[in-house]
Amino acid sequence: MSASSAFNDEKGGSSNVGEPEYGHDPASGGIFSSDYKRHDDLKEMLDSNKDSLKLEAMKRIVAMIARGKNASDLFPAVVKNVACKNIEVKKLVYVYLVRYAEEQQDLALLSISTFQRGLKDPNQLIRASALRVLSSIRVTIIVPIMMLAIKEAASDMSPYVRKTAAHAIPKLYSLDPEQKDCLIEVIEKLLADKTTLVAGSVVMAFEEVCPERIDLIHKNYRKLCNLLIDVEEWGQVVIINMLTRYARTQFLNPNMNESLLEEGGGEKAFYGSDNDDDTDDEEDKEEKEKKKTEATAIVKRKPYVMDPDHRLLLRNTKPLLQSRNAAVVMAVAQLYFHLAPKAEVGVIAKALVRLMRSHSEVQYVVLQNVATMSIKRRGMFEPYLKSFYIRSTDPTQIKVLKLEVLTNLANETNISTILREFQTYIKSNDKDFVAATIQAIGRCATNIGEVRDTCLNGLVQLLSNRDELVVAESVVVIKKLLQMQPEQHSDIIKHMAKLTDNIQVPMARASILWLIGEYCEHVPKIAPDVLRKMAKTFTNEEDIVKLQIINLAAKLYLTNSKQTKLLTQYVLNLAKYDQNYDIRDRARFIRQLIVPTDKSGALSKYAKKLFLALKPAPVLESPFKDRDHFQLGSLSHLLNAKAGGYQVLPDWPEAAPDPSVRNVEVKESVPEWTKCSSREKRKEKKADKPFYSDSEGESGPTESADSASDTASGSESGSGSEESGSGSESEESNEESESASEEDEEEEGKKKKKNVEKIKARKPVPESESEPSSGEDVKKSEKKSKPRIGSSESESEEDNDSESESSESEEEESEEESEEETKKKKKTTASKPPSKPPKKENKKEKKEMSLLDFDDFDPAPSPSQVTPLNNFLSSSLVTDLEGLSLTDNVLSPTTIIPSGNLKTYELLHRITGEGLSVEYCFSRQPFSPDPHMVAVKIQFTNSATSEAKSLHVEDAKLQSGMRIKEFPEIEVLPAGETVSVVMGIDFCDSTQAANFQLCTHTRKFFVSIQPPVGELMMPIFMTENEFKKEQEMLLQSLGQLMGMNEITEKLTLEEKCQGEHAVVQRVTTAANLSRVPCGSDKECSPPVPPPPFPIHRFAGKTVTSGSLVLVSVVTKEDGAAQLTVNCEKMVIGTMLVKDILQALTQ
Amino acid sequence: MIHSLFLVNSSGDIFLEKHWKSVVSRSVCDYFFEAQERASEPENVPPVIPTPHHYLISVLRHRIYFVAVIQSEVPPLFVIEFLHRVVDTFQDYFGVCTEAAIKDNVVVVYELLEEMLDNGFPLATESNILKELIKPPTILRTVVNTITGSTNVGEQLPTGQLSVVPWRRTGVKYTNNEAYFDVVEEIDAIIDKSGSTITAEIQGVIDACVKLTGMPDLTLSFMNPRLLDDVSFHPCVRFKRWEAERILSFIPPDGNFRLLSYHVSSQNLVAIPVYVKHNITFREGSSQGRFELTLGPKQTMGKGVEAVLVSSQLPRGVLNTNLNPTQGTYTFDPVTKLLSWDVGKINPQKLPSLKGSMSLQAGASKPDENPTINIQFKIQQSALSGLKVNRLDMYGEKYKPFKGIKYMTKAGKFQALLSN
Repeated sequence: MSASSAFNDEKGGSSNVGEPEYGHDPASGGIFSSDYKRHDDLKEMLDSNKDSLKLEAMKRIVAMIARGKNASDLFPAVVKNVACKNIEVKKLVYVYLVRYAEEQQDLALLSISTFQRGLKDPNQLIRASALRVLSSIRVTIIVPIMMLAIKEAASDMSPYVRKTAAHAIPKLYSLDPEQKDCLIEVIEKLLADKTTLVAGSVVMAFEEVCPERIDLIHKNYRKLCNLLIDVEEWGQVVIINMLTRYARTQFLNPNMNESLLEEGGGEKAFYGSDNDDDTDDEEDKEEKEKKKTEATAIVKRKPYVMDPDHRLLLRNTKPLLQSRNAAVVMAVAQLYFHLAPKAEVGVIAKALVRLMRSHSEVQYVVLQNVATMSIKRRGMFEPYLKSFYIRSTDPTQIKVLKLEVLTNLANETNISTILREFQTYIKSNDKDFVAATIQAIGRCATNIGEVRDTCLNGLVQLLSNRDELVVAESVVVIKKLLQMQPEQHSDIIKHMAKLTDNIQVPMARASILWLIGEYCEHVPKIAPDVLRKMAKTFTNEEDIVKLQIINLAAKLYLTNSKQTKLLTQYVLNLAKYDQNYDIRDRARFIRQLIVPTDKSGALSKYAKKLFLALKPAPVLESPFKDRDHFQLGSLSHLLNAKAGGYQVLPDWPEAAPDPSVRNVEVKESVPEWTKCSSREKRKEKKADKPFYSDSEGESGPTESADSASDTASGSESGSGSEESGSGSESEESNEESESASEEDEEEEGKKKKKNVEKIKARKPVPESESEPSSGEDVKKSEKKSKPRIGSSESESEEDNDSESESSESEEEESEEESEEETKKKKKTTASKPPSKPPKKENKKEKKEMSLLDFDDFDPAPSPSQVTPLNNFLSSSLVTDLEGLSLTDNVLSPTTIIPSGNLKTYELLHRITGEGLSVEYCFSRQPFSPDPHMVAVKIQFTNSATSEAKSLHVEDAKLQSGMRIKEFPEIEVLPAGETVSVVMGIDFCDSTQAANFQLCTHTRKFFVSIQPPVGELMMPIFMTENEFKKEQEMLLQSLGQLMGMNEITEKLTLEEKCQGEHAVVQRVTTAANLSRVPCGSDKECSPPVPPPPFPIHRFAGKTVTSGSLVLVSVVTKEDGAAQLTVNCEKMVIGTMLVKDILQALTQ
Repeated sequence: MIHSLFLVNSSGDIFLEKHWKSVVSRSVCDYFFEAQERASEPENVPPVIPTPHHYLISVLRHRIYFVAVIQSEVPPLFVIEFLHRVVDTFQDYFGVCTEAAIKDNVVVVYELLEEMLDNGFPLATESNILKELIKPPTILRTVVNTITGSTNVGEQLPTGQLSVVPWRRTGVKYTNNEAYFDVVEEIDAIIDKSGSTITAEIQGVIDACVKLTGMPDLTLSFMNPRLLDDVSFHPCVRFKRWEAERILSFIPPDGNFRLLSYHVSSQNLVAIPVYVKHNITFREGSSQGRFELTLGPKQTMGKGVEAVLVSSQLPRGVLNTNLNPTQGTYTFDPVTKLLSWDVGKINPQKLPSLKGSMSLQAGASKPDENPTINIQFKIQQSALSGLKVNRLDMYGEKYKPFKGIKYMTKAGKFQALLSN
């Protein structure tokens, strides 16, 4: 950023000076004055009334931008036209604006209102384009406006607008990383979106903003897998790459047993049947795999069974190997390489080989990846050996890569054909390629013992080649080969000794000299002669050769000092006065070491050992070895260096994390709904069946059954049954999402109508049901005091229907409840038997609502299903309380939250915690050691059989400014016991999670506490007048753009939430605020009649900074209401509005 | 993802730049120029070049380098594939993708790039949708635009992007409804000096030109679908239907598009349609060499071999050639040592040949390089693999479309190695 802005400064400063390229610009005329003039006439044209003139001017300006010319001085003239009617002018103005707004921030603000208007336009495309441009303008002042716009767009009716919102998220994030928390919320919401249009874009945003928050994916995992094939191609790439990472953290290594076996074995059999057309082939594979795992299981631990979700991912990505987009194919290939069982990886080879027909850039990248893959899984590409043969027309870089692959693929059976190919390559014109080929031959020779002699002979023949480069390269390679078995090859060494007369390439000369020195015993006659010749030419040699001459001299002196003593001294003397200090040093060192003098120390005794030690043969390795620790297909892999923003591909976990996190609440009425979708589609689905059902019939049931029993050992029986249910569920959701995406257009209208009818039918139900349960007398009195609009006629009509329905669903629900609800809730339901029936009804209602949400054009449902339940509970509780309180008419507002109603969150699940489960809640009591901290009550339950010792907090990883006050260490927690402690966290008024480690005497767990925004504040007492005053102060002090510190939302209260207490209760549950007593109103101004619509006010301040938070809710007729939040902290304000809104409307 | 794009012509000038995020100075391209200098051939510039703060990913098409600037991790193929898509779009819009065409239409280019990427992430890359947003320039429209001042930008807002078939625009209307399919097969082969085949593969494509009203739903079936070893589809093809029944079922985009490309594996024996006989000798010490080349048809299923073009890179030692073709014309460039012979059609009765002498560098020894011959040819009305379309049906619309299918075989990378 800084670099680019510096560049901008420089450019902005020199609008007319320092443009060196005038000559290239035909229109400019090449001198300043004309340039000035030209801009003047552009300004004139832009100011004119004619669209055609404006267009002409804009076109010329855009052409300037395209050529990299500076046009920033036209900004004022251009920005005026932002509201122009002509579409093309408008578009070009947008182009200009996005380019220069960063430099001219103040002027750019002039255009903002146009976009804000655009955001409200009834046409979705205009809304989308307004958001797109607004978010592309890099002006920091408008960050709050962008944030609001994104939030609004994220719940837009149109999926296209939502897609644009997803695109805008990374833009805002790069402009202001502070917004991360809010953006993550939006991402979370959009991830739950069910349209293919949004999926790719939101995952892209996820990857750029919060790739570490893998937990957000759990609930959406199956949906993403199922939607994948219908997502546009670019989105597919991003999703597949992300899912690869996800799968690595969530599933077990499918090859963990096989990795112990020898390579080969099953592989051969698999390649024999690699036709892949038939699905029964797939069955075979799976059977084989199972047999294999079974066989190994006897030797090793329990058998590996693939998680059905893991299988789902592999199955749903496989068709994409057929994509026309090379990037998609590569993405699937890397997914299979990293995730699939070894026996299945083979399918990707064919597709990768196909990509090699594409443009040379594509070939280049694909070959790099094939080179890495072929080291690990050589068998996979062996059938396609011929596809890697080199053509003379290939660019050199492609040739070298193909050579690499061929070398990796070489083995005993195919080496003869490969060597024959290599022979033709050596005759190529391209010398770099020839050199690479010789290296490749050397590698084949070292790897495959049988052909070593053949290769060596071939290379020796090359020594008589006329091209010096070829000879030199051969010498270097031969040297390496000879090191492996020098005894048998003294002929070759002799031959090479002769070459010193001709070869001039330094590296080759050095290699020969080293060889002769090393094996001087094999050539006792020649070696001194070579040294003699070399001594003669010493002064003219390259440094590298000189060093080797010294080396040779030293070695000969040690073995054959009689003949070479004088020569050695001569060489050492020459070296003593060499220009290069390396050589001088070496000479000095060697002289001391080998020539025995009286001074020489103990080392000279060991000189022979030092010089003539047996040296290990060099291992010729592929440069692509071990590159697969980078995710394949990534930039980092290609460069073999970590690129910025690269997400490390994690290693497989030791034990699989809880698979139930991916379970989505089962929607019972879904199948019914699919039934009513168009018949034609269903027919087609039947036709599709064979493709899926085949593989499923084999793998689906058995796998899931196995895994159920697997997990059952660790978890409660409930999760087991859930597990087996999930298979069928994912299938259903598959069908439904498909049909949803394909048909939403036609079906939309119908569905809407239907749903509306349903709502109408449902609405009165909860009310009529709840009435008999809670005290009837109270209700009646309430009815009198607050006349309702609920019509008694409809009540009586619907009553029968709804009752029978509810009794039907009751059974199913109670089942589900036991699975899903936490202990605590069970407790409350048990303690309050009378409120149970209404609660169920509410739940039913909730389900119907979520059915509605299935509609593509509805805002996505909130992913957290626990919250509403809790709210319903509390609301029913409130109606009870209300009855009580109405009788004595005195209500102390701050005590309305019963302590039992605090929401608890899970910190550590019992399974991951190995028997230790930890929950936390925000106790809402001031944390006495430090008033700026939020008190968090943590409850440990030890359900393991042994006791847990020394529980404490360690290694807190906090965002800057955040602090943590640890709880005192718990020394012993006996089995079956529960203990609670309180710790304080200063969240710095942000919803960033506090991450720390929870340690026991044996283990450490990473945990994080993320506060809801409502817990970041504490109540303060205030009178109504004070409240009003503060509210005004807040507005005036900043007095800037609306929406900065006051946010107002209209909402419709649900009927049962219209009571005063209900509102108060819900607001205080959502946020830790105190109510401003409204009675004071009357005291101040007795003559004013009580306001027609009651206003509820709440006050609080943020815990850390003490900024005021003022909330008021005005209720009107028919449940309409208005919510206003004033807060200096923009982020807190907007999040709070959202939370309260949710609390009040559900 | 993609930060900026620079277009560089063959002489190393940046003639267009576009930024999607903040502006990146064009001086980053210096790293590219450095790499370009190091590379011996234009196509040897590495596609991915790391620089201290950015990464440059480039493709070379039509002698223009498209250099994308990347700041952080992104799959390189993603960028490469996108850049190629950009070139294809330009070609689609302007007929050619040359520096001149881009400079002439710089505003349209800018508008296209603006629509294709949002914040560096691809937004609309389907040609059908782009054409709705920005009308391609035609001569007529350019004239009309200059007179009336109207624009290239579509008046109505596009709807295709929002529909369930994102690759097809809505409201298509034609008076003549027609659907044409071209089955084009390319044969890649390497023939060794004795005339036997080292490798041979067939790569085929089916290109379609569909101009049908409304929302037609087409199915295309083959007589022998088993031939297709490995296929890749346009996104419109319903994959599951293909898996189950080997039938292509799709709602086509409007206009020209590539329906599928396929591969016929080397397991099926490929009939090589032409053969080459040659005799090239360089005598040691002599300044003369003999050159003789004859072409002939082999297995062509009775169809004529047309548009034959032979080219060969002769060894550096060859100074000039003096050859006589029995038909067609030949040229030899003494600088690049490139021999090319435009043969035309092969007459089976009188085989074309090229004979004569080469003059070699005096005193130079026998060159040890291995010259190869690249051959291009076409065979009309036949697909070498024997692939045949069975029938084409249309559902969803009432009219009767006019249907046509054409077959063609071409040489792809067809090489013969010469002895010496």
